Amino acid sequence: MEMLLFLAAAAAIAIVVGILYVVLSEAVVKFFGQVSFLEFITGTTWTPTFDNPQYGIAPLLTGTFMSTLVALSVAVPLGLLVAVYLSEFASTRMRETIKPTLELLAAVPTVVYGYFALLFVTPLLQQALRPLGIELPGFNLLSAGLVMGLMIIPYIASLSEDAMRAVPNAMRDGSSAMGATRLETAFRVVFPAAVSGIVGAVILGMSRAVGETMIVVVAGGQQPVIVTSPTQQGATVTAFIAQVALGDIPYGTLEYSSIFAAGLALLLLTLVFNFIAFALQRRFREAY
Amino acid sequence: MSAVDVAERGDITAHPPGLATRRFKDASFIVWGIVATIIGLGTLVALVSELVHDGGHRLSMTFFMSFPSSDPEIAGILSAWVGSILVIATTAAFAIPIGVLAGIYLEEYAPKNWMTSAIEIAVNNLAGVPSIIFGLLAVGLFVQVFDLGQSILTAGITLALLILPVVIVATREAVRSVPLEIRQAALAVGATKWQATQHHVLPYAMPGVVTGVIIGISRAIGETAPLILIGGLTFVAFLPITRPGDAAFEVIGAVDEYGAPVTPDATERVLIDHDGVVVMPDFSEMPVQAGQTYDLPHGATVQSVATWSDAVQSWAPQNWLGSEFTVMPIQMFNWTSRPEAEFRELAAAAGLVLLAITLLMNGTAIWLRYRLRKQIRW
Repeated sequence: MEMLLFLAAAAAIAIVVGILYVVLSEAVVKFFGQVSFLEFITGTTWTPTFDNPQYGIAPLLTGTFMSTLVALSVAVPLGLLVAVYLSEFASTRMRETIKPTLELLAAVPTVVYGYFALLFVTPLLQQALRPLGIELPGFNLLSAGLVMGLMIIPYIASLSEDAMRAVPNAMRDGSSAMGATRLETAFRVVFPAAVSGIVGAVILGMSRAVGETMIVVVAGGQQPVIVTSPTQQGATVTAFIAQVALGDIPYGTLEYSSIFAAGLALLLLTLVFNFIAFALQRRFREAY
Repeated sequence: MSAVDVAERGDITAHPPGLATRRFKDASFIVWGIVATIIGLGTLVALVSELVHDGGHRLSMTFFMSFPSSDPEIAGILSAWVGSILVIATTAAFAIPIGVLAGIYLEEYAPKNWMTSAIEIAVNNLAGVPSIIFGLLAVGLFVQVFDLGQSILTAGITLALLILPVVIVATREAVRSVPLEIRQAALAVGATKWQATQHHVLPYAMPGVVTGVIIGISRAIGETAPLILIGGLTFVAFLPITRPGDAAFEVIGAVDEYGAPVTPDATERVLIDHDGVVVMPDFSEMPVQAGQTYDLPHGATVQSVATWSDAVQSWAPQNWLGSEFTVMPIQMFNWTSRPEAEFRELAAAAGLVLLAITLLMNGTAIWLRYRLRKQIRW
């Protein structure tokens, strides 16, 4: 029995090894066998499906960073406001009701969010921005990013709230005894004490945004261009992978290998983020 | 401090200057907190009302019982929801046992060594891997190397791997919360470690495990990206399983892609199992009866109507695991990406169904967790 249990647990290692094997063998061996690594990271054109294919990953990365940036600029302020409110101000009953309800936001299938971004948020933004002289295209990273931001609010709010609640009450009491208000206590005592956990939560949310596929595929656009403004359309790393897969996957070609190269870039990004987030959260857990 | 000093400073219990402002800031923060919360919850409301507004009127029995079609008036999600059920059943069959056993191992059995830390690192990292990467794994390994095809089996396993960390972490937390005394009591009366785990720890941990499983499965139901890579088809006008009343076809002998027999003059002795009709290669028809044997030329087709027992037989996993499939999120994605408004109504209707399922499952999980916390007092 113990052996069986061990094998089940070891499956996790097998999956990680499997992912690394597949991505590395396709990306490193096949892709970088034909495309120079230098072109991959310094090139500014990504056109693997053209007759004269070019493999500069920069357009996909700018798309990913732009949508992530928009998402974070929504999710960080809102998520942290909610976290501080729930942890320092709300009654237990309020917290127990709001927290799980907010977590439902993370449970909505991402393809549904994609629909919402494309057919609700984009028209709304188009109307709102027209008076300002900005013509928002039907596909744009702004609405994809906004909706992505709403999606990751619960990740950031929930984990930050956990971090803040882990701060011992003695510190709050000390602050109150010195005459500080709850708000002052929250931002000058509790927040700094929980900051590594909070940063960890934000990075985890960021990692979610970077890896999110369906919202950007549906609402963000699919043309890989260097993105400089959120009102542009643009393809992300994930959107490119999905887009190639939506056609008939050309097994064994360089185009096929290119989705694994893009996957490798994505994997590295998220692994680094996750590692930092994990290390930070561990630090805050050890602090008290 | 002399009496004079006190008199000079006045009433020391009076509010220090600026306190009113500080209190005002404190109170107004609550407003900000509530506003932020309302934006979050408002999103949910907006989402649901948008879907209801766009697609609510398309929800009907026909919608659930029709295949997708190029005519939006008669299109439905039959193949999608049947596909989703089959894929999710496969996912559950892999993810639940492996995830629960792995969770038990890590909490109850795992020695403190490098192997255990490696497993823990793997589980933690898997939880953060973007879902589309699992699609790459599926294409590169299951489809290309293991040759499982773009099938329900491939899709089911892929989603199982995706939700494995969720099930493992939930199981670990549930098992960890069972007090040590329960184990000690079982061991003290002579139970083996596995008996103690199976009969005493696991039952107490069950609500927590079930919560994790529900959340994991709900995530698998809504997952789209990895299945796009596997090649979940967007237009599936067949079911991997048979329904009673479905027409059943059996072609005699080998035929080429146009339906013409490879060996035109050969015949085959066939035992007919249902009443039906045989369509000959020259398109003449011959009624046949169950239990009789006929010598039929290659290229003939035996047509009959599936009975309940045929249908039930077709539900055995080996009959559908290898089949191509579509699932609800892919069907919704397909309709969303079409420009015609009618298809977007269908997308909204499919989205409503998806949303209802996932929110219901998550609601159940939350309720279970809440009840669990209330009921158990160690």
